[in-house]
Amino acid sequence: MKPSPEHRATRPAFVACSHCGLPVDAGLVVPEAATQFCCAGCRAVYETIHACGLGGYYRLREAADAPLQPADPKLARFESFDTNTFHSLHVTRDAAGLSRCEFVLDSATCGACVWLIEKLPEVLPGVLEARLSLSAGSVTIAFDADRVKLSRVASLLDRLGYTPHVARGRDRAEIHRRRSRAMLIDIGIAFALMGNIMLICAAMYADMFGSMTPGFVKMFTWLGWGLGMISLAWPGRVFFVSSYRAIRSWTANLDLPITLALFVGAIAGTWNTITARGDFYFDSLSMLVFLLLVGRFIQYKQQRRAESSLEMLFALTPQTARRVERDGANEDIHEVPTQAIAPGDVIEIRSGELLPADGVVESGQSALNNALLTGESRPIDITIGSTVTAGSMNVGGVVRMRVSAAGEATRLGRLMKLVESGLCEKPQLIRFTDRIGRWFLPAVLLLGVITFAYGWPRNPEHAIDNTVAILIVTCPCVLGLAVPLTMGVTIGRLARQGTLVKSAAALERLASRSGGRVVLDKTGTITHGQLSLTRFSGDASIRPIVGRIESGSNHPIARAMVAEFGKAGIDVESTIEVSGGIEARCAGSDWLVGSQKFVVSRGVGISHELQRDLDEIRASGASAVVMVRDGRALAVAGLEDAPRADSAEAIVAMREMGWEVEILTGDHRQAADRVARQVGVDASQVHADVVAERKLDHVRRDDDSNDDRLTIMIGDGVNDSAALAAADVGIAVAGGAETSLAAADVYASSPGLMPTVRLMRACRRTMRILKINFGISLAYNILAGTLAIMGLMHPLLAAIIMPLSSVTVLSIGTAMVMRGIRPMAR
Amino acid sequence: MEVIYILIPLALVMAGLALAAFFWTVRRGHMDDLETPAHRAVFDDER
Repeated sequence: MKPSPEHRATRPAFVACSHCGLPVDAGLVVPEAATQFCCAGCRAVYETIHACGLGGYYRLREAADAPLQPADPKLARFESFDTNTFHSLHVTRDAAGLSRCEFVLDSATCGACVWLIEKLPEVLPGVLEARLSLSAGSVTIAFDADRVKLSRVASLLDRLGYTPHVARGRDRAEIHRRRSRAMLIDIGIAFALMGNIMLICAAMYADMFGSMTPGFVKMFTWLGWGLGMISLAWPGRVFFVSSYRAIRSWTANLDLPITLALFVGAIAGTWNTITARGDFYFDSLSMLVFLLLVGRFIQYKQQRRAESSLEMLFALTPQTARRVERDGANEDIHEVPTQAIAPGDVIEIRSGELLPADGVVESGQSALNNALLTGESRPIDITIGSTVTAGSMNVGGVVRMRVSAAGEATRLGRLMKLVESGLCEKPQLIRFTDRIGRWFLPAVLLLGVITFAYGWPRNPEHAIDNTVAILIVTCPCVLGLAVPLTMGVTIGRLARQGTLVKSAAALERLASRSGGRVVLDKTGTITHGQLSLTRFSGDASIRPIVGRIESGSNHPIARAMVAEFGKAGIDVESTIEVSGGIEARCAGSDWLVGSQKFVVSRGVGISHELQRDLDEIRASGASAVVMVRDGRALAVAGLEDAPRADSAEAIVAMREMGWEVEILTGDHRQAADRVARQVGVDASQVHADVVAERKLDHVRRDDDSNDDRLTIMIGDGVNDSAALAAADVGIAVAGGAETSLAAADVYASSPGLMPTVRLMRACRRTMRILKINFGISLAYNILAGTLAIMGLMHPLLAAIIMPLSSVTVLSIGTAMVMRGIRPMAR
Repeated sequence: MEVIYILIPLALVMAGLALAAFFWTVRRGHMDDLETPAHRAVFDDER
């Protein structure tokens, strides 16, 4: 594994993460350690993989040339997977007592993943089989429910770096599987018929040079006619049906000219077969049917894959809640579906869970992360009496709350309504293919009329022949094939990079306009969305001990430090948590970890050097932590919700492509301006303190005034959802809420802005390829059309030109897309 | 050349058989996932 040239240029001391291979931030490099990690997720996954004796994975992955992605295990316990409700919904049990469950994994991409996941039965007793399907991105686990709990399986998968999501919408998956099989069968039939007609035609073309008895010629033509008619009527019916629908609704699509060509060709071919003269068109027609079906199938497959990966991600939010039921002095906690929660109920929320309803805290003390809902990056402390809203995450201890509003009545529910209306009002842009279809048909018809009018006075019989020839030859076969294929290949390649495109229409929209506004959310999109270590100076060897001391605290800064430092397996004799820091006795020393104010109040002196670092950290707006052992300050750390390393670079790249970049956030002005400065966005383009409901207006504003400019919204939170839905193209980034995934057109599974930049580049390239292809096929058609008008279109020539043009266009299309969009650079 | 009258139907029957075999594989789901089995085969001997 070699760093790419850019990496070498910008990072002379390149340290690769032992798990994902991506560069490790200089601040996180542990000197002289054999393993280095870019984040806590990678560390956890690396340790699990080795603990399971599956280290061979890394060797295989290197050989498989897989895309690099930092691991992001949720480290949850998946307890809800063991409930009866869950089992009845998602687990099937066969007669032999074997249970099966399907999980969707968002990051299984290569052969090494197949190896790792299918090793599961050897690692976890009770699991009998694990079968991964790369094309569905899902794994089916067969297990013995008496010997192993499903939550164990799920949490092991999670710790191996593949967070399992529940496969929802199984019925829809079944419908799609049937549809895909039906399409394959049509393709098979079309291919068999085409092959046989080709053989027959080869014999007839041979006849042009030699001689065949009239009996044979007649048999061959009628045989070809029969097979050709089957090809049109059976696999070819797709086009007739689609055109019929288009005519009924008075719209134009690309199937209309195709149908016209098939129709005219079939009639003329039949007439020529009966009269035993002129051209036999069925070879070209059957090939047309076959190639067009193949193009459609590829687009369908790729799009379906992106869609299904998305659907599965919707399963991120909890379906159940814990309701506390009092019966006299006894109290019981029941797990009930979220829909069953009503105002007045008391529910319990454990650490790491999302709040299912709005309400007031009744008991317990904790902190809530509202980042998804409001864009506010720092967790808020809550205590008895605090008002809380659905969709925020409990990052502290267990709390109980009394529900004040549930379901659609919650603030989250009302927001979802906005998302729906945003989706309904989304401006419908005309698709590229339909635009072509709209003028292609009249053009072809006009050309036919001209040919006919020109030829009729000279030679009526030839005029008919030539008109038919031109209608068939100018049929946009190449386009009908090239457009879906190029789109399909692009969507497929993007999916391999982790960018899921819901519809080809979004791709076309992105590609067809040059420039417009890009509206960026701050928390979680430009920044990491959580506190992370941005600065560390002093004695690095104390990090695991500090992590161990901090692990007793629920304070967000403490939690971030545990995640960054890991924790040593030593005993802490005592800890006292006070406002501003922690006092602990550990490893034979007295420790103080906390703010500068806290340690100074304990009479600790801070060396000149550390004080300078401390001042710098505070000047940058980050939270500073001082670590003290036995009265001596040893190290300082800075933590903040920092912009991702590549955000600034991505914003520059977007500007270069002609996009105006704005920041839209619910966070307060100061935080927004600081991030804007760091990533190089002018303060006049920063819109802070914008609540979710107003984000929608902001995105919509431009839509009305100027039709030609595209508005792209990039965000991750629930607060962005309505805006994502209303934007011309909404892009949800990794780690986002369910609603944002539902609202967006595109989902980028790797975090940050770089996936969007790659998407923009891919779209430009795709549109360029389509245009080149369009030009080439137009040139072919003009050549063939001229020949046909002049009456020089020999059937043999037509039979050669048609496949030749298809092959040219196809090979250009696929080759260019393949070259343009590579899996992420190593 | 009259043998053609037998050969052509024979060819069509053979094409039909091949098609039938193809249908069978599609219905049995052999074509649902064309990616994973290729990888699985490589790791067979590492088990």
